[in-house]
Amino acid sequence: MAKKKAVGKTGKKTAKKIISPHGVSIVLAGEAGQGIQSIETLLVNVLKKDGFHVFATKEYMSRVRGGVNSTQLRVSQEPVRSYVDRMDIFIPLDGAAFERYKNKITKETAVIGDKTKLAYEKTINIPFNRIASEFGNALFSNTVAAGAVCGILGGSEEALYDYVKSVFARKGDEIVKSNIGAAKSGYEIGRGLKAEKIVDAGPGKKTSTKESLLLAGADAVAIGALAGGCDACFAYPMTPSTGVFTAMAGYASKAGIAVEQVEDEIGVINMALGAWYAGGRALVSTSGGGFALMTEGISLAGIIESPVVVHLAQRPGPATGLPTRTEQGDLNLALYAGHGVFPRIILAPGDTKQAFELSAGAFNLADKYQVPVFVMTDQYFVDTYYDTVDIDASKAEPVRHITETKEGYKRYALTKDGFSPRGIPSFGSGLVCADSDEHDESGRITEDLDGISKKMKDKRFKKFDAVKKAALPPVLTGPKNYTRLVVGWGSVYNTVIEALGLLGDRNTAFLFFPQVYPVPIAAKKYLEKAKTVIAVENNQTGQFADLLSADTGINISQRILKYNGMPFSVEELVRALVKKPGKAAGKRGKNG
Amino acid sequence: MDNIFDYKTDTAWCPGCGNFGLRKIVMSALAELEIKKESLVFVSGIGQAAKAPQYLDVNYFNGLHGRSLPPAAGIKAANPNLTVVVESGDGDMYGEGGNHFIHAIRRNPDITVIVHDNMVYGLTKGQASPTTRKGMKTPIQVNGVFEEPINPLALAISLDASFVARGSVGEMEKTKEIIKAAIKHRGFSLVDVFQACVTFNKLNTHKWFKENTYVIDESHNPRDRQAAFSKALESSPWPLGVFYINENKPVFEEELAPYASGDRKPLYMRARGEGLIKELLSAKK
Ligand SMILES: Cc1ncc(C[n+]2csc(CCOP(=O)(O)OP(=O)(O)O)c2C)c(N)n1
Repeated sequence: MAKKKAVGKTGKKTAKKIISPHGVSIVLAGEAGQGIQSIETLLVNVLKKDGFHVFATKEYMSRVRGGVNSTQLRVSQEPVRSYVDRMDIFIPLDGAAFERYKNKITKETAVIGDKTKLAYEKTINIPFNRIASEFGNALFSNTVAAGAVCGILGGSEEALYDYVKSVFARKGDEIVKSNIGAAKSGYEIGRGLKAEKIVDAGPGKKTSTKESLLLAGADAVAIGALAGGCDACFAYPMTPSTGVFTAMAGYASKAGIAVEQVEDEIGVINMALGAWYAGGRALVSTSGGGFALMTEGISLAGIIESPVVVHLAQRPGPATGLPTRTEQGDLNLALYAGHGVFPRIILAPGDTKQAFELSAGAFNLADKYQVPVFVMTDQYFVDTYYDTVDIDASKAEPVRHITETKEGYKRYALTKDGFSPRGIPSFGSGLVCADSDEHDESGRITEDLDGISKKMKDKRFKKFDAVKKAALPPVLTGPKNYTRLVVGWGSVYNTVIEALGLLGDRNTAFLFFPQVYPVPIAAKKYLEKAKTVIAVENNQTGQFADLLSADTGINISQRILKYNGMPFSVEELVRALVKKPGKAAGKRGKNG
Repeated sequence: MDNIFDYKTDTAWCPGCGNFGLRKIVMSALAELEIKKESLVFVSGIGQAAKAPQYLDVNYFNGLHGRSLPPAAGIKAANPNLTVVVESGDGDMYGEGGNHFIHAIRRNPDITVIVHDNMVYGLTKGQASPTTRKGMKTPIQVNGVFEEPINPLALAISLDASFVARGSVGEMEKTKEIIKAAIKHRGFSLVDVFQACVTFNKLNTHKWFKENTYVIDESHNPRDRQAAFSKALESSPWPLGVFYINENKPVFEEELAPYASGDRKPLYMRARGEGLIKELLSAKK
């Protein structure tokens, strides 16, 4: 293999020294179908088993072939959980991929790839395809690339080969052998680049991440729902909500879940309400347009006082919008969906631990308060994964709130607090009548306007009280004696935390809302304490800031908003927070 | 004799409405089948016909206009041991609910669907429905309906529905027997029932239905799909009876994971151990 000499040289020998408290950031980019997904999976698994903290997120075009998709990996000795702009290592698999991200290249970025394909003089040449062909198939180029990154980062060879073996085992010995060869070849080039300090990107020390879990937001929502006793899942495919649906279908046999792909989202929500009526605990998973179709069904849940859990994975609208991108733009839709007045609960996890616990809890809340409960995520959230040890299965268990009925049972019996014990058909001797028309206590249609009809409206209204009181409190991170308060919900959680760590400002704290509606009573107290409140939202107007202002009477005029379909990066958030008023005077803190 | 499913209350139907006749037919069918009240659920949409469960002493889910079939399937998914009967109007079922109608037939839950086919929108006061005959004038279709009406039976047979029949309020005995057979049938059963709307349909009256229908005789083989389809295309007079039966279709709820092993225990009686969640989580290591 004499040709190999040319490999791994830039021509000019410029050391790419990367110093970063937050490990190494690697961006892989290529056409849909080119296999960046398989490089990502391989690297993340190997490096995690090897003892590094890992993070991965992807952004992709709404097409099955072609275009340019990318994945960002972060590898570090500390937990890494958010998206960054920085590219320490950039691996474009073709010219188009290079073009799309070249404006993010800095002088620290090591661009690695096939020099003949990339119009970039400083490309560190590793002709993945050619090397792969030497092992019998250009398709193995992904394995070469993964091997090279592993070598650069100082990952263990053993972990790499073990993983390659496990992935290709079912394809036979020959394929396993060739892929191990390809991985080894890549690894050695990578190790050479590191040894010669051509690419010097150290993720730091290995720790113990062997026992930690590697799960995406979608997995956490799905497994959390199961932990909360979800036993049915109905949906109609729509990005980015489909991941949860797919996970549920995958678990259906093992966990005994009734899973059905329904003809449309109107059918989805109505099927879920039927299932709850008969004692099931159904989840629906949907995104903007699909949820819009469900709104009459949400209203039905309101009047029949049915529990239901909706996973709403957001993407940019209006209409079809940017199907595969991210935005926190559907809060107002979830808040106001459905005609008439009735309570609801909106939860928005910020990390996988919360996604697990809130999705489980959603079922108990829905069942207890007989209301629709939303778990709001977004494309960035469901597609992002990182290692974690926080998730505790014993933190979640299903609590059922159904009653055995007796003869003469009244589904909508008037009570002091507005909650009527919920019976289901054939559990007990009573009859259960659910009615979308205004009804009397037994569920029979009525037009007794000033009598029972109004009483039913008042009954449903009373429930707001208990639901508000039970709202999950917001979570404060940072100094307790803050004067500047950043508020956020959902997927901005980890990014804000990392940005504040870098900012190191002793005046600034972060108030995160795992429950956005009803706004927890404690919110006002926290907001009142701050001189400046800054909302950080991945949408165009600051929908949560509006809600919070209306609820607390405290105007939130400072807003950091992003709405181009991409998540916030840590760096841009740091820059934005520096510009906003209220930061402590003087130098950055020690973390900066 | 009192029927145990009878629920006496003020009804919202016009005197002479076909709904009264069908209500009687349904109640007798239920009583003769000796169905246990607690395990029977009626599902309906919105409309005059869809109020039918309100006047019965049964469990019911009276949902949204056009949306009776999805909850009916959801109920079977949560508890396959319940007997589920859907009752709604032609507008509700074939108009607003048309997409669900098509797909519920494909899904094939074990439910019985009784459609009060009065060929008009009653509750909203006389607009054309998907089964309104061509030429009928209404306050909206002022020059008469020009669209071809839906043929629900032909449509259902084309989708290979499990059980397809037509009754008529003018044929009480026959229709009762059809409904009994439909409820006993395992799978999706459609019973489209001709009935008059005395207020808004002056064309298709009790008398018209009597004069324009006939009962299918023994020579028809309901397992012959071609023959059933031909029967469904007949008009003036329209045939009444069981057109088509296909027992060999997979049933929705039986295909669902919780019941695939044959265990029909409803979902609410099942518990899932913490062990399973731990196992799913540790598979992510
Ligand atoms: C979403 C929605 N659209 C429209 C209506 C109004 N609406 C109620 S019943 C009905 C049609 C009733 O006709 P049909 O189903 O044939 O029943 P009938 O009253 O004739 O028995 C309509 C249009 C509604 N309730 N909901």
